[in-house]
Amino acid sequence: MLENIFSDPTFQFVLFSAAKIAVVFGVVMTFVAYAVLVERKVSAAIQDRVGPNRTAPPLALKIPVLGRLLQRWGMFQPMADGLKFILKEDFTPAYVRTIYFWLAPAIAVIPAFLTLAVIPFGSNLGSQKMVIADLNVGILYTFGIVSLGVYGIVLAGWSSNSKYPFLGGIRSSAQMISYEIAMGMSVVSLFLIVGDLNLSNLIQWQADHGWLVLYQPVAFVIFLVSAFAETNRLPFDLPESESELVGGYHTEYSSMKFALFFLGEYANMIASSAMMVTLFFGGWSLPWLGKPAESLLGGLVHIGIFIAKMIVLMVVFIWVRWMLPRFRYDQLMDIGWRRFIPIALANIVATALGVALLNR
Amino acid sequence: MTKVVDRSPLNFYERTYLPALMEGFKITARHFARSVQGKNTATDLGDGYYPEVPWRVAEGYRGAPYLVSDQEGATKCVSCQLCEFICPPKAIKITPPGPEGQGADRPNAEKMPREFEINMLRCIFCGLCQEVCPEEAIFLQQHYSLTGLNREEMIYNKEKLLKLGGVHPGIQKWKHKLEEAREQESFPVKVD
Repeated sequence: MLENIFSDPTFQFVLFSAAKIAVVFGVVMTFVAYAVLVERKVSAAIQDRVGPNRTAPPLALKIPVLGRLLQRWGMFQPMADGLKFILKEDFTPAYVRTIYFWLAPAIAVIPAFLTLAVIPFGSNLGSQKMVIADLNVGILYTFGIVSLGVYGIVLAGWSSNSKYPFLGGIRSSAQMISYEIAMGMSVVSLFLIVGDLNLSNLIQWQADHGWLVLYQPVAFVIFLVSAFAETNRLPFDLPESESELVGGYHTEYSSMKFALFFLGEYANMIASSAMMVTLFFGGWSLPWLGKPAESLLGGLVHIGIFIAKMIVLMVVFIWVRWMLPRFRYDQLMDIGWRRFIPIALANIVATALGVALLNR
Repeated sequence: MTKVVDRSPLNFYERTYLPALMEGFKITARHFARSVQGKNTATDLGDGYYPEVPWRVAEGYRGAPYLVSDQEGATKCVSCQLCEFICPPKAIKITPPGPEGQGADRPNAEKMPREFEINMLRCIFCGLCQEVCPEEAIFLQQHYSLTGLNREEMIYNKEKLLKLGGVHPGIQKWKHKLEEAREQESFPVKVD
C-alpha cells in the first residue's frame, strides 16, 4: 500500500513540489531579511555612516572573534527587526474600511511570491528540474501575476481613509500600469529571437547562443528601468515617497501589516532580479557551463551561479536607490509613455525585421 | 557679487540621463570606497561613536534651557514670569514667592521664584525664554540628550535647573550699578 503511494508519479510530483516551494520560500525570506541589512549597510557606507553594528544576542558575543565580527557587520540585525515587527502593537485606525484594510497587505505580498514559481533557479538536482512550475507560458503567467500587485497598494491607499495613502495609491496605479506596458513590450523582442515562452527553454537557448542581453541591450535597459518602477524603488518610489506623502500607501499601517508591505517590496525586488537573470543573463548557465547538470554537485553549482547573478542585480537595485533623486510625477509618466513605449515598439519592429531577414 | 547660473536647455546626451547616472555612480562609489576603508563622519571628527563618545556640539548650540547663577552663586532669576508668558508650548511654570515670601538671595533684586519648573517633554528648545529674559538668567545650553524613566522625572525643578545651568560667566547686569551706588554712600566721592 505505502510502496504504491511512493511510486505513484502524482504523489511524487506533489511531494517534490511541496519541498521545492518550502525551500524557495525559506531562501527568499532569508534573502529579504538580509537584503534589508545590505540596504542599510550600503546606504550607510555611501552616506559616510556606520550602519547597524550593535545588535547581538548575549550568547553570540561569547564566541571568541567571530561573535564580535558578526555583531560589527550587523548580522543579527534582521532577527531584531523581524522580532520588532511581530511584537509591535497592530493598530487599526478608526474609520478605515476594515475588510480591505486587512486584505491589502496580503494582496501586496502574495503576487511577489507567486512570480517566483516559474523561475528556473537551477538546471537539475538529481532527476528533478529546479523550477516549481515548468509552464509553457511562463512569462505570460509572470506578467499576469505582477499586475495583481498594484491592487494591494491601491486597496491600501483607498481603505486607509486618509489623504496621503490615497495619493500614494493613485500614483502607484498610474505608475505601475504605464510601466507594465513598456516592460511587457520589451520582452516581446526576446521571444521573437528565441521562439519559445518557456523560461527553461529560454535559458537553454542562452546557454547555447550567448546571453540575450548581448542581443537585446535596449530591451534590457527598458526592462531594468521598468522593474525599478514596478517594485516602487527609487528613483520611482512615488507611491511611498516619504518626503512628500509621509509614508505613502502604508502610512496608516503598523506592526506585521506594515511588515508585509515591506516584505512584498523586497520579495518583488528578488523576483524581478531573478526574472532579469533568467531573461537576460542566462539564468543558471555560464558561457562554459551550459549543459544541464548530471550530478548533484553540478546542480548545486548551477543554483549557486543563479543566486550569485541575482545578488549582483540586487546590489544594483540597492545602489541605485542611494544614487538618484526621485523623479517628479509628470516626468515619470513622460518617460514611461513618451520614451519607453515608443522605443520598445521600435525595438520589436527592428527585431522582427532582423529575425525575418536572417531566417530567410 | 551675482553669480549667473547657466540654465541653457539640455542637449540630447544630457537628456538620456547618462551623464547624471555616471556622476551619481562616481560620487556614491567614492563615498562607499572611503567607508569601506573605515573612514566615516565619526572618524573624521576624531572622537568615536555616539553612545560611548557623546556628540560634540558646536559653540552656540541651543540645547535645553537651564537657569544660571551669577559669579557669586546667587540666583539671577527675579521671577518676572516673562519666559512663562512667552513660552510657546507652555513648558515653563513659575511659582512666585508672594508678598510674604522669601526675598532674593542677592542685592539689587526684590525676589526670586519659589519654584521654577520646565517640562522638558514640552520644551521645543526655541530659545524665546533666553531672548526675553531681562536678567539673563536662563540660557539654552549644550545638553541635547535628556532622558527620564517617567513623565514626572522630565519636569525639571528650580534646584535641578540651577545645578545643571551652572555659573554664567557673562555680565552681571546690576553689579556695576551696585558698586556705583556703594561708592556714592561714602564721602568723598571717588572719581575715576
